[in-house]
Amino acid sequence: MNPELVGRSFPPTAPYLVGREKVREFSRAVFATDPQHLDPVAAQALGYRDVVAPPTFAMVVQDLTLQQLLAEPDSGIALERTVHAEQRFRYSRPIVAGDELVAQLQITNVRAFGKGAMVTSEAEVTDAEGAHVVTATSVLLIGGEVA
Amino acid sequence: MSAELVVGEVVAERTVHLTREALVRYAGASGDFNPIHYRDDVAAAVGLPGVLAHGMLTMGLAVETVVPWLGDAGRIIDYGVRFTRPVVVDAEAGADVAVVAKVGAIEADAVRIDLTVTSRETTVLGKAQVHVRLDG
Repeated sequence: MNPELVGRSFPPTAPYLVGREKVREFSRAVFATDPQHLDPVAAQALGYRDVVAPPTFAMVVQDLTLQQLLAEPDSGIALERTVHAEQRFRYSRPIVAGDELVAQLQITNVRAFGKGAMVTSEAEVTDAEGAHVVTATSVLLIGGEVA
Repeated sequence: MSAELVVGEVVAERTVHLTREALVRYAGASGDFNPIHYRDDVAAAVGLPGVLAHGMLTMGLAVETVVPWLGDAGRIIDYGVRFTRPVVVDAEAGADVAVVAKVGAIEADAVRIDLTVTSRETTVLGKAQVHVRLDG
């Protein structure tokens, strides 16, 4: 793991268009049965344009930034030696079908942990107007022991 | 949701039965195709006790327990967890994941909901906390 990754700026990801069927598919996968996730009429009754994604759907967009990190030639990170230790989301609003989202990655902290490193990454997700939607923070153990 | 919440009160709970099919479904929906979540041979080769549920699947199903009670997922302003223990999903028996959501603290304009998430009597998520807005 390369400690010089801290503070490196990554380009924003290509826009991700959130589809209604993708939200439904993801909802079924996380056992999210509330009508706001599945039925546009139920979502509209709450004031949303279309179905509301479950809170952890933000990971689908954040994952695009983690792919950027893994693709850095000097990152020193191998996926098979990576353990997800912590995850957090801070929301300005929920993700809704029809949103076009971009994410921008920042590595906020790298510190030695056993034989490997503990890496904190932050992905700021914004909509087509540039407004903040959610910030997703992951702590990854790189090269650490499997829990 | 009620405005008269009491710290310690259980606001929602459920048990979700995970099968290998559920793991494959989550892999497809999320794009996380790490084979430790569906291949016994790969899980064994890296020293795991068995095929594991994705941590993000456990995190995702846990928070959904409170969404029907909240009425609007947009009330959630913050959600964080630590992945403390893996959920081993047996090929035949699957695994039950039990979620209990309690009022952890009442703050100025938000409520902290603490999620207790267990599988086989073991807590699998640490410090699983959801901050929710009371109104609006």
